[in-house]
This record gives sequence, structure tokens and C-alpha cells, in this order.
Amino acid sequence: MSSLSFVRETMLPSSTPPTMEGSVIGWVRYNLFNGPFNSILTLLFGAFIVFIMYEILPWVFLSSWTATSLQECRDTIALVHGEGTTGACWAVIRERYLQLFYGFYPRELYWRVNLTFLFMLVALAPVLFPKLPRQLLYFTGIYPFLGYWLLWGGTIWTPFLTFAGLIVAFLVLNFISEKRGLLLGVITGILLIVIWFVFGVIPVAGLFNNALPLGIEIVESDQFGGFTLSVIIGSSGIAASLPIGILLALGRKSDLFIVKSLCVGFIEFIRGVPLITLLFVASTLLNYFMPPGTNFDIILRVVIMVTLFSSAYMAEVIRGGLAALPKGQYEAGDALGLDYWKSMRLIILPQALKVSIPGIVSTYIGLFKDTTLVSIIGLLDPIGLSGAIRSDTAWNGIVWELYAFVAVIFFVFCFAMSRYSIYLEKKLETGHR
Amino acid sequence: MKIKFLIAAVAATFITGSAYSATLDDVMARGHLECGVSTGLPGFASPDDQGVWSGFDVDYCRALAAAIFGDSNAVKYNPVSTKNRFTALASGEFDVLARNTTWTYSRDTDLKQTFLGINFYDGQGFMVRADLGVSSATELDGASVCIQTGTTTELNLADFFRVNGMSYEPVPIETNAEAQEQFFGQACDAYTTDRSGLAATRAASGNPDDYVVLPEVISKEPLGPLVRHGDDQWADIGRWVLNALIIAEEKGLTSANVREMASAPTNDPEINRLLGTEGAYADMVGLPNDWAVHAIEQVGNYGEIFANNIGPDTPIGLARGVNDLWTNGGLIYAPPYR
Amino acid sequence: MTEAPLKKTFTIGMLLYDTRYRSMTIQIFALVCFMLLVSWLISNTIQNLETLGKGVELWFLFEPASYDINQKLIEYDSRSTHLRAAFVGLINTLIVAILGCITATVLGIIIGILRLSRNWIVAKIMTCWVEMFRNVPVLLWIVFFMAILIETFPTPSSFRGENAESSLLLWESVAVTNRGTYLPEPLFHNGLGDVSIFGVVDVSLDFVAFLIILVVGILVSNFLKKRADATQQATGRRPLVWPYRIAVIVIPPLILLYVLGFYLGLPELKGFNFKGGIYLRNSLIALWLALSCYTSAFIAEIVRAGIMAISKGQTEAAYSLGLRPGPTMNLVILPQALRVIIPPLISQFLNLTKNSSLAISVGYMDITGTLGGITLNQTGRELETILLLMLVFLSISLSISAVMNWYNSTVKIKER
Repeated sequence: MSSLSFVRETMLPSSTPPTMEGSVIGWVRYNLFNGPFNSILTLLFGAFIVFIMYEILPWVFLSSWTATSLQECRDTIALVHGEGTTGACWAVIRERYLQLFYGFYPRELYWRVNLTFLFMLVALAPVLFPKLPRQLLYFTGIYPFLGYWLLWGGTIWTPFLTFAGLIVAFLVLNFISEKRGLLLGVITGILLIVIWFVFGVIPVAGLFNNALPLGIEIVESDQFGGFTLSVIIGSSGIAASLPIGILLALGRKSDLFIVKSLCVGFIEFIRGVPLITLLFVASTLLNYFMPPGTNFDIILRVVIMVTLFSSAYMAEVIRGGLAALPKGQYEAGDALGLDYWKSMRLIILPQALKVSIPGIVSTYIGLFKDTTLVSIIGLLDPIGLSGAIRSDTAWNGIVWELYAFVAVIFFVFCFAMSRYSIYLEKKLETGHR
Repeated sequence: MKIKFLIAAVAATFITGSAYSATLDDVMARGHLECGVSTGLPGFASPDDQGVWSGFDVDYCRALAAAIFGDSNAVKYNPVSTKNRFTALASGEFDVLARNTTWTYSRDTDLKQTFLGINFYDGQGFMVRADLGVSSATELDGASVCIQTGTTTELNLADFFRVNGMSYEPVPIETNAEAQEQFFGQACDAYTTDRSGLAATRAASGNPDDYVVLPEVISKEPLGPLVRHGDDQWADIGRWVLNALIIAEEKGLTSANVREMASAPTNDPEINRLLGTEGAYADMVGLPNDWAVHAIEQVGNYGEIFANNIGPDTPIGLARGVNDLWTNGGLIYAPPYR
Repeated sequence: MTEAPLKKTFTIGMLLYDTRYRSMTIQIFALVCFMLLVSWLISNTIQNLETLGKGVELWFLFEPASYDINQKLIEYDSRSTHLRAAFVGLINTLIVAILGCITATVLGIIIGILRLSRNWIVAKIMTCWVEMFRNVPVLLWIVFFMAILIETFPTPSSFRGENAESSLLLWESVAVTNRGTYLPEPLFHNGLGDVSIFGVVDVSLDFVAFLIILVVGILVSNFLKKRADATQQATGRRPLVWPYRIAVIVIPPLILLYVLGFYLGLPELKGFNFKGGIYLRNSLIALWLALSCYTSAFIAEIVRAGIMAISKGQTEAAYSLGLRPGPTMNLVILPQALRVIIPPLISQFLNLTKNSSLAISVGYMDITGTLGGITLNQTGRELETILLLMLVFLSISLSISAVMNWYNSTVKIKER
């Protein structure tokens, strides 16, 4: 019986995919050679890459990792790779990389720097990743004092009492605010803190230390250098500038004319001058502005000026965040009968800050890169240290290796941060607008 | 606002002391000497991979610390640029500046510094490539000249070319390291700085025969440590530590034999006075009796310091020349210790 | 609402609790705090200066500077005053800032557009460019570029001799050396000479004449275009004007050049260096390139974001109105994209100008190098010089933002 069937019983052999899809050739044709113009571009840029690689790769790889001086290194390269080879002397990095990272920090105390950075990551985590438990934020609050103590050492009582003073002042502020109104509370709180910091902390810390000496070895500021210094200046600048930036941004948006003009004046002034002039102020003028006899540490002076500098930029970032909120949010705050500070604290700022985080991260990247300018005023950051290393008679005359190393490290740091910022922006994109 | 005060509080822990009281008391209370040095000049001041500073200027600081504390390591080094060295000293960031600084009239008077003496007689010179065939600085008309900014050298250079009616192209540079990069890369025809620096640069080039230092010395550059005006006792200490190092070389006291010489009075009364075995001279400046012994033992006499850092056996390879003792025909001369 | 008149009994407490007065209280409190802070700082400064025996005065600006500056567009020698040295520096700052802004914008636009290219290799290289430049400190780039220029280009001495290693480029007119680049210089056999403005700046009359004739030519050309437009509106036929328009722009300047006896001054190796021609020093080139490349990375991102911000519907809408691609770009896309691009662009220009103060790291004598560098060092007047320096930068920044904000308001779409 012939059975008539309209159903095919055997599979057809699968045909090859169209050349434009899936295959390497298709990809190349589609992405690189779709049209004469693109083909020319491709060839030009391809030649460019080959040329760059041809120039750079031999230098990078026909190099020496073992030598104790530039001359020895050049001899080694000539010996191994033949006369006339101009390879890199990575030996200088091998010998000095710890210095480039830690400056002159005592070797046996490197763990303190490492621990500080580890803690910094922990402290930052709840800020950067909202999914983590909120309790971690308490650690973030303690961290500045902890980090300061770990890095500089000395008695634990000073940072502890400073922190305790802040807590007490805050409690008093809250108490008085509830009883007698916010303004009085703020004024009392600030007065308390000032009195405590100017007259209280150091003597009391001394007393405590005599009673119960708890402390670790002191490391002086002149031993800080290298990337440690960059990160310290950058991070403390950003951390300290955040609250100032918030106040400045609120001030700039406020209806109070005098407050607003002061804020605008400050922001525009700082944004109008280059950071290097502010660093000149830190290195030469700041002592003039202080009462006679005070003598700040140069790192602290730099941190102060960097904080002022970044707070102006921070204010603009946060102002952007404030402006991005729909007007309804402000009105909702008013409708609930919240006063200005409450509506800011409970409704506006949490949202505005969340929107501002990518901006804050890019401000941080910018600031981190700008910390290299401190080499111009004689601090030994990575670039300053490169100069110092080059002045060592053994390495006198070395140029590229140090710069390349410093550049690569900066690139890794900044690139990672900018990726995070982009990730965050993408995530926020879906939530708002 | 809160944060500002917080900073002030943290600042309080950094505050190192008053700039305007008796410096020696501050130094004693602090337990170490604060010394301003160059950010990096081969042979004069540079840190090694452990962060230990060494060099001709650094050794002066060490000698001073040894004299005060008996410990030449009780020094903190503050690297300063040419821009902020005087302000930093004036504002009390450090106690003494040993940064191959030229003693000039206006620095002494207008900038209110006190120079403690001269530990190195230098003069500005020129270095050129040997294959240029230049044998005198007067043949440099139209040349590009590399020069470190912020120093007296650029003023001398301007004057020299002006007086000789020549033109030149200044190539200003911040640090010695960059100057070398430019000079060796032939971005300038001549490099001008103190002749000690030229010698160091020439030695560092790897092939010194390719470069010649021209015979002209266009300026006097007496280099020495300095302190700020207003504390004569401190200036005296600094001055006499320097003099003691020079006297030590004159009297043949070295780091090796000074301890032995100090153990009992010798025949030479000046040695006895200096090493504290006779009279109470140290009290006059407020130093411990055996201060010179410590300084010389731990750092060496002037000649040793010179030989260890910039002498002929170092990569810098400077001859003593005018920096030899006056008894050998040089200019190094200390007033008598009596 | 009852109109019961409030008793005007004023109590101290009302300053704190009455919203009508509270804002006043806060403001006065803030002002008093600010005044106190400022006066505290000033009194400290006065006291400190007194202790050091220094005063605040600006007479040092009128004393001879005693140092030489290599790149000077106005007359200057070592006997000129510090003030004049500061001016030379200011002009140098402006030169590098303007050059940098122009190239950074051009580069940034090209890179920003190429980053969106469908060509994989091109897009990737542009991404590399952007990431490479913006993630490494600009100071490093400046030093890097300087090192590259010094190490890779030939020395002037290699141009010497019968069979020299290096030779001039472009028909013997451009010399590229590791000290700088020498370009041919326009010179005139029978030039009009210079005129001195207030004894500060010398302006070449030849240049002024050339500029005037060029501007007049452009105005006339625009007038021709308007008339042609009007004719087209009225009659529907456009008269042939483009040859005339080009002619009025091109021919008069050429005649002028001929009358003045124009020729090119070529660089020539004399003694140690090339002489003649326009000399772009390597310090300028390194700074210029580094600043342009660094800033171009940021501008590229701005441009890309600006283009991507315009939805595809806009293009489609323009096409459906019958506009061709050119007018679509000019009339629909660009005006909208510019609105997104310009504000961040302004701040990039400001950043570039401020970053130009890093010139001292390669020895380019900008105002930070003269006033804030050598003058500061030689006179020891930190307070005055640094405050002056900040004032100068502040005025530059404020004028840039004023100009750009004005431009921004003209391109802004008038809405709502």
C-alpha cells in the first residue's frame, strides 16, 4: 500500500549559516570591511596598531628584571639580548615598588597600611552596594577615626575621645532640638564640639593614656609617600568634602540671600582657580593664615586645601542630584508638614545622594588623579618619588620605566572606579526618569 | 561646619610646636631634629629604597642631631622645593635648612635668614657636549641653555649673557633629574648649574668623556646651611657644629679615632676644648659636653663627609679643589675654637 | 480667616521661633560668623607678617625681573619689570589654553563620533584612547609627551653637514627637532610696520590690514548670499553667486599680500639652533598635545552622550518632513545635541585652562611659571604673588564661563 504522507520523515541536512552570521569571516566582513571607506579605516588603524606594538613590545620584553643600578641593567640587557638593544630596566621597579606603594612607611608596619585599606573597602561597601546590611554603616562612621589611628599610630584615646565628643554633641543637639528648637540645638552642639576639641581632647587623652596606655607605634607624616599618600589625600579629601558639599549645595539652593551668596561665592571661587594654586597656598601661605606659632603638618595642610577644593565640586554634583528630583518630592515633604531640615534629611537628601553617587565617584577619580600635583610642592607621591629615585646615583637617568609603572597603577585604580560608576549609572537609569 | 572643627581637632594632634620660641628647647622637647633638604640631588640629598636619606647636606643634619642628642639618626627630613624652602623655614616647619642654598645678601636680609657658614664653595659653570667643539662660554651665542628655575643660577645666566652681549634660549626646568633628561637628550646645548652639580651630572651620564665642563665660572655660589632670624643661640649651635667638623679635619680627628682622642686630654689644647676634655665650652651654647665627639664619631669630619658623598671615590667624583682646607690651599676655614 | 490684628509685641524668642524673623536671624548669624572668620584670618596674617618683618606691598612688581623668558610675544628682556614678566606669562597661558581648547574640541568630536562607528577596530581603538587618557593623571601625560618629544625627534645638530641624518620637511620649510618645531613665517618686503598699543603690545599692521580685508570680504559675501536668497524667494530662481562669493573673500587678501611683498621666512640652521620661522617650543607642544588629548577623552564622552541622547524618532521625523540628511543634522539633531553638549563642554574648557597651570612641570613659561614661579622665588613675596595668580585665573575662568554661557543661551531652544 502506498501511503500518501505529507509529513517528511527524514530530516533535511542542515544548511550552512549565511556567511554574514555567526562565522568569523562574516563578522569580519560585517564589522571591518563593509564598504570601501570602512575597509580603508580598518587597514589604517590596523597598521597603526601593528606599528605601535612593533615599537613598544621589544622595549617591554627585551628587558632586565635583575640589576641594582642603571649601568648594570644596561650591561645585562646588552649581554642577554645583544648589543644595541634598548630594553626597559624593570629592575628599578622590582627594587623600588614597595617604596612606590608605601613611601617610607616602616617595613614592619606595612600591615597597618594594608589593614587600613582593607577596612576602607569594608567601610565603603555599604555606601556603594545598597544590598548589604545597613548595620555596616556604623562601621563606616567609625572608620575615619580608626583609619587615622592605624596609619599615624599613637594613643588610641585621641581618636576615641574625638569620636566620643562628636557622639555626645550630637545627642545634646538632638535633645535640645526637641526641647528648644533646632537652631538653638545646632548652636549648642557646635559650641560644645568646639570647646571639646580646642580645650578638652588632648589633655583628657593624655590623662587617659597615663591611666591606661593603649597605643601603637607612631608613624610621622614625613614617612608617608607613594600611592599610600595619594589614596590618603584623595580619600580624606572626598570624605571630608561630602558633608561640606551637601551644606554648600543646600546653601546654594536656599532662599536666604546672604547664605546663598556666600555659598555661590565660595563655590565659584574654588572652581575658578587651579588646584595647584591652592596647593601653593597649602605649602606657603596657610601658615600665615593661622595664629602665630601653630605649625601644621604639610600633609594635613594639603588635605585641608584639597577638601576645600573638592567640596566645591561636590556641591555642584549634589546640586545636580537635588535638581534631578521631581518637584513633587519637595512638595510632598512640605505637605507632610515636615520642617526644612526634616524634609531634607528624610526625603530629599537620601534620594538626591543616591542619584549623585556616580558623580561623586567621578569627582573622586578626578581628585585621585589630581593628587599627583602634590609632587610639585615637594611631597613624595608616586611622581615625586620617581624624581627622588632618579636622583639616587644608582638610577640616575632612568625615565620611562617609572612613569610607565605609575601610569599603569593609576590606570588600574581609575579604570576600575570608572567601571563601577558606569555600572551604577546604568542601574540608576532604570530606577528613575 | 562640624567637619571643619573635626579637622581642627585632628589638627591639634599634628601641631608640632611653636615656631617662635627657643628652637633648641623645642628640638629637645620634640626628641628629634627637623631638617629641610632637597627633594633629590645626587650626592647632596637623596633617599634610598628604605627611605634612609644620605648625602652631603644630609650629613650636616646628622652631625647636628648627633651633637644635640648624641644620635645622628634623630632627624626627620623634610624635602622642600626651591619654591617653598624659605617660607617653610620661616614658618617653623623645620629647624635648619641644608639644601645647597646660596648665601646672598637679600636672602640674608630681606628673607630674614641666618646663614651658618659655608660648607661648600661652588660656582656656576656650563657643561656642553664635547663634539660641539666649544671651548669657552663666550662661544655660546645663540645656544639653548638648560637651567633650573627658582635658583640664583637663572639670574646669573641672564646677567652673563647680557654683559657679554650674547643671545640665548633659556630652557627652564624644575628639577635636576629633568634637566639631565633634557641635556642628555640634546634638547639643550648647554646645561648650567653649580659646577658640583655639573660634575655629578657628567658622572651620571655613563660616558663622561662625551661632555666637557667649560672653564668659566660665572658666579660665586657659597652654599651652606641656614636657620631663620631671631634665635641666636640656635644659629650658634648650627654654626659651631659645622665649624667643629672642619676643625676636626684640620686636627686629624676622624670618626675612627675621635673616641680614643676624647678618652683623655691630649697634647693639643684645641682638641681638648673641642672634645670636652678641657674647660666647659659646650655649656656656652647649651650642648652636652661631648657633643663634638658624637658628631664626628657618627658622621665623620668635614673631609670624611666630603669623601663619602661627593668625593673622588663616589659616582659624583668631585675633587676637593677650593673646598680643601686652607692649610692645603683651599677656602675651607673655621674660626678658632676657644 | 479673621483679621484680628496681631499684637506687635516683639520678644527675643521670636527671633528664633517665628518663621518671619528666623531666616533673618540665621542669615545674620551666618554673616557674622563669616566676618569673624575672615577677620580672624586677616589678623593672623598681619600678625605673622609682622613677626617675619614683611609687609604686603606690590612695588616689587615694578622692579627689574632679572630673568629671561624664552617664549615671549611682547617685548621683554631681563631688565623688564616683574609685572611685564607676569604679562608675558599670562599671554603664554592664554595661547596654550586657546590652542588646547580648539584641538581638544576637534579631537573630541572626531573621537566621540568614531566611537559610535560600526567598524569594530575603529570603535575599539577610540575606546582605548578615551580610557587611556582619562584614567591617567594629566601631569603624567604632560611629562610623558615631553619625554617622547625629546627622545624621538632629531637634534638640531643632526641637520648639519653635507649628508645630514635629518632633513627639513615639506619642501625644506618645516624643521622638526627635539627642541621644537620651526614653521615658515609670513614676512613682507614692504610691510606697514608695527604699532605699539600703550607700549605694552606691538601689533603688526600687516596682520591688521589682512584681517580687516578678510572680514570685509566675508561681510560682502554674506550680503551677496542674502540678496540671492531674496531673489530666490521673489522669483523662484537662484542667481549664480557662489563664484562671486568666493572671489570677494579670496582675491582682495591675495592682492594685499602681493602689494605688501609677501614671502615665507624659512627656518635655517645657524650656529646651535635654527633661526627664522615661527618657533613652537617643545614645552608648548608637549603641554598643548597632552592637554588636548587628555581633555579630548572627556569631550569625546560628552559628544557621544549628546548624540545618543537624541532619540532616533527625531531623525525619522525630520526625514518624514522631507528634509535631507544634511539639513536634518544641521536643523534637527545638532541644535538638540548641542543643548546637551555645551554645558559640560564649558566646564571642560575651564578644566583645560586650569590644567595649563601644570606648565611648570615641562618648563613652559606660563603665568604660574613667571609670576607664581620665578618671581615668587626671587622676590620671596609668596602672599602677594599667589593671591595675584589666583585672581588672574579666577578672572580667566569667569570670563570663559561668561562667554560660553552667553553662547549657550543663544543655542538653547526657546521653549515653554
